[in-house]
Amino acid sequence: MADVKKIATRESYGNALAECGAKYPDLVVLDADLAGATKTGVFKKAFPDRHIDCGIAECNMTGIAAGLATCGKIPFISSFAMFAAGRNFEQVRNSIGYPHLNVKIGATHAGITVGEDGATHQCNEDVALMRTIPGMTVIVPSDDVEARAAVEAAINYEGPVYLRFGRAAVPVINDNPDYKFEIGKGVVLKEGKDVTIVASGICVAQALTAAEKLAADGVDAEVINIHTIKPLDEELIVASAKKTGKVITVEEHSVIGGLGSAVCDALCAKNPVPVCKIGINDTFGESGPANVLVEKYGLDGESIYRKAKEFLQ
Amino acid sequence: MTNLELQKTANEVRKGIVRAVHSAKAGHPGGSLSAADLFTYLYFEEMNIDPADPKKEDRDRFVLSKGHTAPGLYSVLAHRGYFPVEELLTLRHVGSRLQGHPCMQETPGVDMSSGSLGQGLSAAVGMALAAKMDKKEYRTYALLGDGEIQEGQIWEAAMFAGARKLDNLVVIVDNNGLQIDGKIEDVCSPYPIDRKFEAFNFHVINIDAHNFDEIRAAMKEARETKGMPTAIIMKSTKGKGVSFMENNAGWHGKAPSDEELAVAMADLEKIDEELKKAGE
Repeated sequence: MADVKKIATRESYGNALAECGAKYPDLVVLDADLAGATKTGVFKKAFPDRHIDCGIAECNMTGIAAGLATCGKIPFISSFAMFAAGRNFEQVRNSIGYPHLNVKIGATHAGITVGEDGATHQCNEDVALMRTIPGMTVIVPSDDVEARAAVEAAINYEGPVYLRFGRAAVPVINDNPDYKFEIGKGVVLKEGKDVTIVASGICVAQALTAAEKLAADGVDAEVINIHTIKPLDEELIVASAKKTGKVITVEEHSVIGGLGSAVCDALCAKNPVPVCKIGINDTFGESGPANVLVEKYGLDGESIYRKAKEFLQ
Repeated sequence: MTNLELQKTANEVRKGIVRAVHSAKAGHPGGSLSAADLFTYLYFEEMNIDPADPKKEDRDRFVLSKGHTAPGLYSVLAHRGYFPVEELLTLRHVGSRLQGHPCMQETPGVDMSSGSLGQGLSAAVGMALAAKMDKKEYRTYALLGDGEIQEGQIWEAAMFAGARKLDNLVVIVDNNGLQIDGKIEDVCSPYPIDRKFEAFNFHVINIDAHNFDEIRAAMKEARETKGMPTAIIMKSTKGKGVSFMENNAGWHGKAPSDEELAVAMADLEKIDEELKKAGE
């Protein structure tokens, strides 16, 4: 995969908003002094009258978006996941979730790949928080193609959507003519019979690498990209688990409350099988280059491969 | 409406508040009663609204940021014809459209769900901003509690509204001086409220919350104010109109017993008599 094109999904977010601006006149974008980092600057440049910088006040931004939505706008609020979901949890719950308003939350800089800024800005809890809100859709795109498709799908969906993007450049893996994005529908990237690897976000590419390594050892792994954590494609996951009998989940998020938990919730009710949850193990992150942290916290292809081997013994 | 008509209507709104909270056996009568005159003025005189078409696109908007005083909002909506007055007795009952705090999906005429203090003003700011973006004429009103403004988000919203010169936004602070734990200046004083809003680039008007001449003049002044939002700080009496509730923090969030309801209704009937005499 060395020569694969890489792009950060936050870039995809900004580009998609700018691309959609002309097509969707009700689309408005809000920022909290991070338009440069969330990459919404391109939208701001193209549609200055529809970009609102709220200053460093995420909770107020969230409420403003709620008010705009009641008047027919389709607001995207942009900030780092730590603030968009963390600081904002109650505003999102009460001002957006409870009235089921048509606000989209574009959360960038999620997970440990924030890198050098360290633990205060590395949000590994946002998926857990957001998926507990009734009526909230939670999407974690795996690459540029998926992230851009998810933004437009969110615009066309009526109701609150949480979109999780990353800071670091990640390989483009969905660049094929058959790719189709549908909210709530998982994607089988590789069929297999020995074990199911369910991954989301930046971990999808790493899961594919791990599957290649497993194949070399004669283990035929199925790899499923779950871009929508809620509503979860339970049918696809359960069917795969029935076939393979073992499931591994991989996510750049705490093992508490994220993809792994969602998959376990589905399996324990419908088809209990052993599950190995790979993610951030109930700990804070730290400063360092993103790729080094991915390895240190065991989310790279090699680490996933080793944990899979252990699990399969 | 004449002041006398407004006073009579406000007294009916107060009766609705007391009966609803009594029926619910829970709720917030004190701050509902202190704002009853304001509710009445907004819905019977000030706002461009149509009870037959609660979601009319160009209607004026109202956000009850101090959402716990929902009985006041519900009572004025019922008396204005959004739903039957008798429905007020379903307040807080299971299955009722009248939730403990305002729910825009349930109750006709409620423009924003609210109740978690500090959040409503931001939504009102968003509505005012939407009007500006779309070059629409509608105005947005938000009612805040004087205890509520201890929440930091209020000042985030105020800073934004002032900076954006949202002159189609009117913020009203119900300064009844009491919050759950006691007098606002003893708990964590928000005073001076007027100078704080001035510092956030608002046009500020101080009025008596129970004087319709002053409410009318303030709303007119707000309409005529260009280039900045208006904050109306209204000095009010918590529990206004019910003798034993007036100026008593204990009646912030408590329902009257059957006996207390009788006393309260007698107090309000007496006000009716006085207003009747005044009209003769």
